[in-house]
Amino acid sequence: MKANIRKIATFVEETRNEMGRTVDPPTRRAAAVAVIENPCAGKYVEDLSELIAIGEELGELLTLRAVAALGIPATAVESYGKAAAVGENGEIEHAAAILHPKLGAPVRKVLGKGAALIPSSKKRGGLGVGLDVPLGHKDAAFVRSHFDGIEVRINDAPRANEIMVAVAVTDSGRPLARVGGLTKDQIKGEDGLR
Amino acid sequence: MLEVRVRKKFVAVEEIFHEGGPVSPAPLRRAAALAVIHNPFAGSYVAEIAGFMNDLKPLGLEMAQSLISALGGDPKFVQGYGKGAIVGAAGEIEHGALWHVPGGYAMREILGDAKAIVASTKKVGGPGTRLDVPITHINASYVRSHFDAMEVGLADAPRADEILLALVMTTGARVHARVGGLKASEIKGEDGLR
Repeated sequence: MKANIRKIATFVEETRNEMGRTVDPPTRRAAAVAVIENPCAGKYVEDLSELIAIGEELGELLTLRAVAALGIPATAVESYGKAAAVGENGEIEHAAAILHPKLGAPVRKVLGKGAALIPSSKKRGGLGVGLDVPLGHKDAAFVRSHFDGIEVRINDAPRANEIMVAVAVTDSGRPLARVGGLTKDQIKGEDGLR
Repeated sequence: MLEVRVRKKFVAVEEIFHEGGPVSPAPLRRAAALAVIHNPFAGSYVAEIAGFMNDLKPLGLEMAQSLISALGGDPKFVQGYGKGAIVGAAGEIEHGALWHVPGGYAMREILGDAKAIVASTKKVGGPGTRLDVPITHINASYVRSHFDAMEVGLADAPRADEILLALVMTTGARVHARVGGLKASEIKGEDGLR
């Protein structure tokens, strides 16, 4: 393992009722978050390939953890997202190095598919910062019922020299989704958009 | 008999490998199960509320079981526990106290013969309120290595007419515990204290 992982957290949320209406089947989503040492903290580092490599291994590890937490076959995942929060001694570019060049391929390998862009967010923050991981359908970014987000938060992370890296997956869209748009049964799945 | 209306369930698991010191051969795992329920007493003073404790028992058992599953499936892995509640703005702290019996009962039922009192805390708060749930050893409250806490909370709960219920279990001591006191290996196991 290239990453020095201090802790891994998983979160599973199941919504059964909204505004007095039963959500049937309940909507379920999960996130897995690794808290790692930032090898580039505290100084300007031109070449971020170490973080890029860490992103690749975390892509697989965190997707496996999140899917396991959800307790469904990886192929049953409907939407996904990724995000990173860099501690105060790091740069936002460190989050970009982890998230964008190589994290996505292993995510898609675990899930079997994933034609759509993996929506992402990043920020710099202190311990306990809330990280909103955006969610979108994995095969067609325009599926409106699956535009969503899940907040993750760990009270003791990220420390100044750490990075929190998150991957989130779901087995469903929003509870009681009803604002129209492309639906999941209309997906063509060719271009990742529709 | 009042209906227990669950809006959402949430499970968080942390696996802690180190905190700046030597990597633990057996990572500490901590899990929290949360349930957001409708508060049947919200909005006015209700004198007789105690009957709701019985109504909450099945939910407590479900939450305790989900913690066992999240920690590996065997009650033998569990060494620490705690519980807590956050009551929404239209309720009173006494409504949080309803959780003492069913929350504690549920964990003891699942764990067999846990002897120590279940550490607890509660508060009234709005959506996003965080609660530091205290944790102590399941058989002897004075085991110093197992004094811990886990912060829990949800961005959208509790709404004013809701209660957020929490149960927490851990698989061991703090990851770098080294401040002396009664050790888990020295437990007499007679009074739940030592």
